Amino acid sequence: RMSVRARAASQGSLDDPDDEVVPYSDDETDEELQSEDDLDRMCLFCVLTVILLSEPGWSVRANDREYCNQPQFKKKVFLCIKKSKYSGNAIKTYKYNFLTFLPLNLYEQFKRAANLYFLCLLILQIIPQISTLPWYTTLVPLVLVLGITAIKDLVDDLARHRMDKEINNRRCDVLLNGRFEETRWMNLQVGDVVRLKKNEFIPADILLLSSSNPNSLCYVETAELDGETNLKFKMGLKVTDERLQEEDQLAWYLYDGLGYSSSYRGFLSFWGYIIILNTMVPISLYVSVEVIRLGQSKFINWDLQMYYADKDTPAKARTTTLNEQLGQIEYIFSDKTGTLTQNIMAFKKCTIKGRTYDINFPFSPIFTQPVDFSWNKHADNKFQFEDSFLVSCIRSKKDPQILEFFKLLSLCHTVMVEHKGDELVYQAASPDEGALVTAARNFGFVFLSRTQDTITIMELDHEETYEMLALLDFNSDRKRMSIILRFPDGKIRLYCKGADTVIYQRLDPNSQNKETTQEALDIFANETLRTLCLCYKDISQAEFDAWSQKHQAASVSMGNRDEALDLVYEEIEKNLLLIGATAIEDKLQDGVPETIAKLAKADIKIWVLTGDKKETAENIGFSCQLLTEDMKIHYGEDVNVQLRNRQTQRRNDPQGRNKKLKEQFFTESSKNALVITGGWLNEILYEKKKKRRRLRLKKLRKRYTNSSSAPDSSQPVDDWEKEKRQEDFVDMACECSAVICCRVTPKQKANVVSLVKRYKKAVTLSIGDGANDVNMIKTADIGVGISGQEGMQAVMSSDYAFAQFRYLQRLLLVHGRWSYIRMCKFLRYFFYKNFAFTLVHFWFSFFNGFSSQTAYEDWFITLYNVCYSSLPVLLVGLLDQDVNDKLSLRFPKLYLPGQQGSLFNYKNFFISLFHGVFTSLMIFFIPYGAFLQTMGQDGEAPSDYQSFAVVAASSLIITVNLQISLNTSYWTFVNCFAVLGSIAIYFGVMFDIHSAGIHVIFPTTFTFTGAASNALRQPYLWLTIILTVGICLLPVICIQFLHQTIYPSVGDKKYEMEDEEEERKKRKPTFQRGGRSRRSAYAFSHSRGYADLIASGRSIRQRPRVRPELRESIREAPQAENI
Amino acid sequence: MMASSYNAKDEDGHHPGSVGSGGPGAVKSKKPDNTAFKQQRLPAWQPILTAGTVLPAFFMIGLIFIPIGIGLLVTSNNIKEFEIDYTGVDMFSPCFNCSQSYSWNSTSACTCSVPFTLDQPFESNVFMYYGLSNFYQNHRRYVKSRDDSQLNGDKSSLLNPSKECEPYRTSDKKSIAPCGAIANSLFNDTLELFYIHPNGSRIAIHLVKTGIAWWTDKHVKFRNPGENNNNLSIVFQDTSKPVNWRKPVYELDPSDPDNNGFINEDFIVWMRTAALPTFRKLYRIIQKKKDNMTPTLPPGNYSLEVIYNYPVRSFDGRKRMILSTISWMGGKNPFLGIAYITVGSVCFFLGVVLLIIHHKYGNRNNNADIPN
Repeated sequence: RMSVRARAASQGSLDDPDDEVVPYSDDETDEELQSEDDLDRMCLFCVLTVILLSEPGWSVRANDREYCNQPQFKKKVFLCIKKSKYSGNAIKTYKYNFLTFLPLNLYEQFKRAANLYFLCLLILQIIPQISTLPWYTTLVPLVLVLGITAIKDLVDDLARHRMDKEINNRRCDVLLNGRFEETRWMNLQVGDVVRLKKNEFIPADILLLSSSNPNSLCYVETAELDGETNLKFKMGLKVTDERLQEEDQLAWYLYDGLGYSSSYRGFLSFWGYIIILNTMVPISLYVSVEVIRLGQSKFINWDLQMYYADKDTPAKARTTTLNEQLGQIEYIFSDKTGTLTQNIMAFKKCTIKGRTYDINFPFSPIFTQPVDFSWNKHADNKFQFEDSFLVSCIRSKKDPQILEFFKLLSLCHTVMVEHKGDELVYQAASPDEGALVTAARNFGFVFLSRTQDTITIMELDHEETYEMLALLDFNSDRKRMSIILRFPDGKIRLYCKGADTVIYQRLDPNSQNKETTQEALDIFANETLRTLCLCYKDISQAEFDAWSQKHQAASVSMGNRDEALDLVYEEIEKNLLLIGATAIEDKLQDGVPETIAKLAKADIKIWVLTGDKKETAENIGFSCQLLTEDMKIHYGEDVNVQLRNRQTQRRNDPQGRNKKLKEQFFTESSKNALVITGGWLNEILYEKKKKRRRLRLKKLRKRYTNSSSAPDSSQPVDDWEKEKRQEDFVDMACECSAVICCRVTPKQKANVVSLVKRYKKAVTLSIGDGANDVNMIKTADIGVGISGQEGMQAVMSSDYAFAQFRYLQRLLLVHGRWSYIRMCKFLRYFFYKNFAFTLVHFWFSFFNGFSSQTAYEDWFITLYNVCYSSLPVLLVGLLDQDVNDKLSLRFPKLYLPGQQGSLFNYKNFFISLFHGVFTSLMIFFIPYGAFLQTMGQDGEAPSDYQSFAVVAASSLIITVNLQISLNTSYWTFVNCFAVLGSIAIYFGVMFDIHSAGIHVIFPTTFTFTGAASNALRQPYLWLTIILTVGICLLPVICIQFLHQTIYPSVGDKKYEMEDEEEERKKRKPTFQRGGRSRRSAYAFSHSRGYADLIASGRSIRQRPRVRPELRESIREAPQAENI
Repeated sequence: MMASSYNAKDEDGHHPGSVGSGGPGAVKSKKPDNTAFKQQRLPAWQPILTAGTVLPAFFMIGLIFIPIGIGLLVTSNNIKEFEIDYTGVDMFSPCFNCSQSYSWNSTSACTCSVPFTLDQPFESNVFMYYGLSNFYQNHRRYVKSRDDSQLNGDKSSLLNPSKECEPYRTSDKKSIAPCGAIANSLFNDTLELFYIHPNGSRIAIHLVKTGIAWWTDKHVKFRNPGENNNNLSIVFQDTSKPVNWRKPVYELDPSDPDNNGFINEDFIVWMRTAALPTFRKLYRIIQKKKDNMTPTLPPGNYSLEVIYNYPVRSFDGRKRMILSTISWMGGKNPFLGIAYITVGSVCFFLGVVLLIIHHKYGNRNNNADIPN
């Protein structure tokens, strides 16, 4: 048995979480990282295998298919049929097959309350004793709805079938019968040994056994998983590698085949559905809501302003059911890389000898032209730098400091190079470093190749090879890396680059340009550029020899080798001489700061959840204006103390369990921000590590059996306390105007989202682009994926997808807001209309002996919600706009009603109910009064049931259609047509149904023969209808007018907000000039380990037997820190 | 009644550079169409209720409704109507005896005579109604208990009526024609009017019994089976009369073949069920005299002769006889006139109140238009 996990156990101490370490979480890797990693370039040939060892009892034998078919690996499935515990490798995302489609699909559909409800209604209607309406009123729409959904499901499932087939039939080489045979992915079995070639997809969860690279190294691109395009390296275990090298390319394969269970989304929530009396919720509500949602989704898909021309990607609403929730978002959780940033590092500025060289002269953009790099054949033409003065300085070789600056950049790094024909391709462990080395390359200092102990560069016009004496690794405590080189002329020099805070402490007192560089650094920090200070130091041979011995000793020491090495490094990295500093821009996506500012104004809280390091995340926080200088930033320690105090307070209070502590965490009036790492998050929330902690406690208890102590203040007593702690944390985070969680795992991202969902009961939205965001996207109420990039996982599991973060403001502030308002308007009106319609039966029942006689003709009841009143409200639900898109973007405050849910809640529902009751009362009792004892003008009594039904129905139709006209705030010709059309259709259909001809053909179905013509001939009845309509509508107009007069109208509100806006604009400049606190702009997305691999001899091993030609290009192999 | 702001939106909102590249024939771009509908920029009118529209509207409605109401009320008051209850509930009423001794099967008819006086002359055509109270002709089971197909002259339905008619579907193994509860409960009192001349002689007033049903009912909805067969007794020979009826359907009016069987107008009027439990049904028409000089019904003493068959005591019902003249708006009913006057006045009053409120808050509301 072997486990990759072993490595994870070696992470930081238990009490003080290491900020740099991504906490390990065991639930994510096995299930979600299953398919399709992209094996990339470096590895030409790998042999791989997979493991899953989540519980004891699972064991695998490589290259032995019979082994896992043994009885102990079988589990009982049904009676005596047994099945292997290990599932196959075939992906199954489809739901149905030919036989199961009908029953399963119907079952799925009837799981929805609405469908089941209508089925019950239908059954009731079929029973003649109960039936008040003919059965077809429910059956026809129900069959339609079921049919359309079934067809949609069928089409979806066919697409899934096709995709599965394609993936399952992909080929790979499996070791069978002593040689590699081409097999389909779906035929892979646990324990199979697989051979993968360069640039192939990885077909399963796989353990690397060996690769053709030295040291069994291979590089994996995980773009489809987490959106990070830089390569991750994986290294085979030494033992398997060595053995396999001996046995000449063998491999073994272990497999876990947990099904690729497609998420169960689409849990349709028909809110406000069950609250209402049964008969008031017709199936047409269901259909109309679906139509409106579909329409809103189409409008999102069609929106030109969310179309990204560069990648030809329109926005896509992948779910139709969530549009109105887009108007109620309170929390946004955003990924960083690929979402807020482009994951492109650009070398923006540098300062050398106190002089700053710049890319853009902000005042004269017209006169600057990109520097011509044509003199340099190695130049990468994508690179742009606009200070030609710098180039001329370099080419004239006047200033040795400038040359030194770029020489440092080309030498002091851990980048690896690959020659592709004439081109140089750099493989950098971090994009920052890639940007630096590329910059140096463009300025004439081209990094050409490296061996274990030499580095060759092109120095403007001649090649030079430096002997690498030591590589002092980067890590996040040191925040710097150094390289010690022996120059061709024999002198030894140390080059160092690192954080300004660290470097300045180690500068030689005589070092020049300290102040000017610091000023430049401050400016860079203000521009949220990432900075690194560069410096060097000359070392004498004797000094180096002495140090080298210590270094040797430290690197072979058994315990605490890392610490020992750090100490040794510290000794040599002092009295440095400052050259200058680099400034790299982590390019934001377009419009990110503006979007964030806009969303913040709409009271939407934005949390950034990223796997990146604290410094990088904080840096991005500043550059997208999530963090500002006037904020007080709280870190994990601070938060922990606060929460612990709160907990102690609660423990000391005898009634603490019942009382809710209300006071604020941060009493200062200044704005607060929270920057917390995954480690602290676990610590604070008592997540994870439980097993280990319990073990440790057990040990402790064994050791001190008698010493009973007070409960450890950092430990939760029970679940209640844990829950309270989580609640406290959420409360605290919500007090902050910005929250950044860094170094968090995908699992933690999802946990944070679900915490907020649970304790704030708010609508949440997650946005991300990579597979590491999938968890969080699925957890949030609404998931948004950034599309148009390589990885598709985020998009596949998202509800909405578009190409740019900035489209989020349009999605929420325009589409979300509209959808919400429209849906609310639709629901309010729909309930009103059906209350008004249905309650007439109720009033009528007082006069017909409660015999459930309907007040209208059956056909009218059938058609009311379909033809006579549906179209205008449907159009309002689709087209209505209270303000246009520009205004809703300009005044984000207009978004607030959605968050408060103030447009459709119990109050609104009861207002609609009351309004409906009022209208129905009028519609029944005005004709009642008029009919009670009168006769028609021809003497025939019009007080028969059919005439009454016609009058009531006509009043209802006119009232209801005029009412929607009052509610419509955006009148297009379509609306106009719909309102008039509905009334016209009503009269047309009624006269047809009441005509003589149709009665002769169907005498029992159409029994209202002549009712319409006889009734509507009477002026008296027309006067009744007019009076009824008038009484129904006049109070509404009156109240609307009063409301507008007494309470400020929307227009007024907008004006007020506009004033506010202008005020803010005026105030803004003074803000910026305010005293900026000095902070380091250092940020570097590098992780440790690379230098170790390059420098230490053990990593580079000659392999004469295996493809000796490979040695030329690939010899370096850094070691993984985290997998 | 609303202020309008025509809202034609300009065609901006997309970056000029983002226009999908490639002319016709290039790879199809996924760029959405730039149409007014898809971009939600349909030209529209955004109405807002303003004082300038709402207040005049209220005054206008008030000004229109009040005259209508007055007109209705005056017309209603000019209509002459006389109503007399002949149920015979209390001891001293003429029909008390008849109402007490009741049986559907009694062979001898019980008659009673109800005297009444008209104080004013009834001009023009006078309509005679019978009115029933507390009779739920609108009860669901009752309303359903009929076979329109049978009534429409369908042969097969005649012999095999709809199940809805149960329990009045068959009797003695023969189908009932007309089947169902409505038909079974046909009003079968006979009412006759006599004018008591001051000299003591009783003059029978001619009551016209046709023209009391809707034309569509008489000619479309109700038809006798066997189209041209005038001998209804043969047509109905295999059917049975409704249980409560004294005579079969083809003897409803033997004197007039156009008023017999299913197309008997008394029957048709009864089959048109009432909306409310208190209702009137047209019984007879007293046509105005040809000379036009004397009123149709001059003031004086009258006698209503009732052949009392229809029992209502069991459900606490009442039977009435109503005489009424008719105007353009129908019979006497002050409700609508009063309602119109009330609504009109309230509108006027509201107009004044809103005006005051508007003046109080008005200056805040001057700029309620949406800025564009």
